[in-house]
Amino acid sequence: MQTFDLGAEGLRALNSALHGLKGQTNMTAWEVVNPKGAHAIAAGVDAPVDITVRGSTGYYCAGMNKQATIRIKGSAGPGVAENMMSGTVIIDGDASQYAGATGRGGLLVIKGNASSRCGISMKGIDIVVHGNIGHMSAFMAQSGNLVCLGDAGEALGDSLYEARLFVRGSVKSLGADCVEKEMRPEHIAILEDLLSRGEADAKARPEEFRRYGSARTLYSFNIDNASSY
Amino acid sequence: MCGIVGLFLKDPKLESQLGAMLTDMLITMTDRGPDSAGIAIYGRPEQGRAKLTLQSADPVNDFKGLADDLSARLGVTLTAEVKDTHIVLDVPMAALDDARAAVTALRPGIKVMSAGESIEIFKEVGLPRDVAARFDLAQMSGTHGIGHTRMATESAVTTMGAHPFSTGADQCLVHNGSLSNHNGVRRELKRQGMTFETENDTEVGAAFISHKLKTGETLGNALEATLTDLDGFFTFVVGTKNGFGVVRDPIACKPAVMAETDQYVAFGSEYRALVNLPGIETARVWEPEPATVYFWER
Repeated sequence: MQTFDLGAEGLRALNSALHGLKGQTNMTAWEVVNPKGAHAIAAGVDAPVDITVRGSTGYYCAGMNKQATIRIKGSAGPGVAENMMSGTVIIDGDASQYAGATGRGGLLVIKGNASSRCGISMKGIDIVVHGNIGHMSAFMAQSGNLVCLGDAGEALGDSLYEARLFVRGSVKSLGADCVEKEMRPEHIAILEDLLSRGEADAKARPEEFRRYGSARTLYSFNIDNASSY
Repeated sequence: MCGIVGLFLKDPKLESQLGAMLTDMLITMTDRGPDSAGIAIYGRPEQGRAKLTLQSADPVNDFKGLADDLSARLGVTLTAEVKDTHIVLDVPMAALDDARAAVTALRPGIKVMSAGESIEIFKEVGLPRDVAARFDLAQMSGTHGIGHTRMATESAVTTMGAHPFSTGADQCLVHNGSLSNHNGVRRELKRQGMTFETENDTEVGAAFISHKLKTGETLGNALEATLTDLDGFFTFVVGTKNGFGVVRDPIACKPAVMAETDQYVAFGSEYRALVNLPGIETARVWEPEPATVYFWER
């Protein structure tokens, strides 16, 4: 276990050390102490390592993550796991706005609530939120799965492409071109897997969720739909 | 981008440390606003007394003999304390409005930062650390306070463009964001009798709330009204004699984190502004909801 004191050694030293792990296999467990809400902690990691951050983080923690498993033992600031490519990010607390934005792969687990714009423009990432998600979540989401065990805020899935949205609680309102869809066996299977990997299988069963997706009327401009834009 | 910090103390034992805690929070927010910094600090009011906080670009000449000149003109006793480019006058409550008018007549170069029973506002251009040192903010005590670090977008980097803005007795407002309909709202407020010192969008937000309070609205209603009448991005933190309030626009792009313990309620643009507060590890920490008014009063 490599323990890194962020307060003493600084962010640049941490991220340089983590970036240096690419292609190496001998330092696989890291612990970051004294994060104190600092920005860009463990951003840009590209190695199959396990990093635990002991406390809350600021902007862009675990951004662009590839391969790593990053655990935040606190809450995360805006843009956590933004543009994640692969790997896993698990947040014990809440996540601020645009968690998992533009993510292309991997799994983001938020055990508390996520605020606005969770999964905005997601492109293949899977996101499991144990609590609620804020307004404009999954805005223009292109692919991947967003699972919310709690309630969703206003304008869920506005201008959605092909991402799948699963919400167990209430949805304050659906965004333009987002509609409720039938839950078929293949969706139950997807949820079962995501709830299990998202450490949420003890909290919810797949049958309790509703599925939302794109009505596919806004993909390309059609003059008949002008009023919906 | 701008940085906001705020502290509302529930535990009187912390009052002597208010300035020190706010200063630490303010300096942490330097990255968000290195242009200028300011703080509004609310002390315990003294019966029948009021404070007038003034600023001058030429403090040596403007402040020289000011207390004596005002005493002679108003026929009252008052004391003055100079803090760098600011001076805090302690005047009888009954003479506050006259003193304010007399200052403008006697020293046209002086600007009024704040007036009221308990508020004092100090703000200047420069890095938060330097501004805090010039006014010795860390030594100040009080019941609650609000600080701001500015990265200017809508108007020039000047002392008067720095936050907090005070547009009513014991009232102040700080803002992260930018208002897009401030010119229209300013024109309307001018028609209603409000006066403005700057072309700044935030001053309009402050005056909008002051005007609502003047017409008898509660702080809660005044903050609610910002959601319907002000267009643009905002996280506002508002101070009054008795407390402070928070409201974010419905889109809520501008960040905000709050923490509450038995000892205090704290606001920060980012969590890192709060990390050195006592008991933060076990505090209830949350993000204020969009389009939702919060306020704490004693």
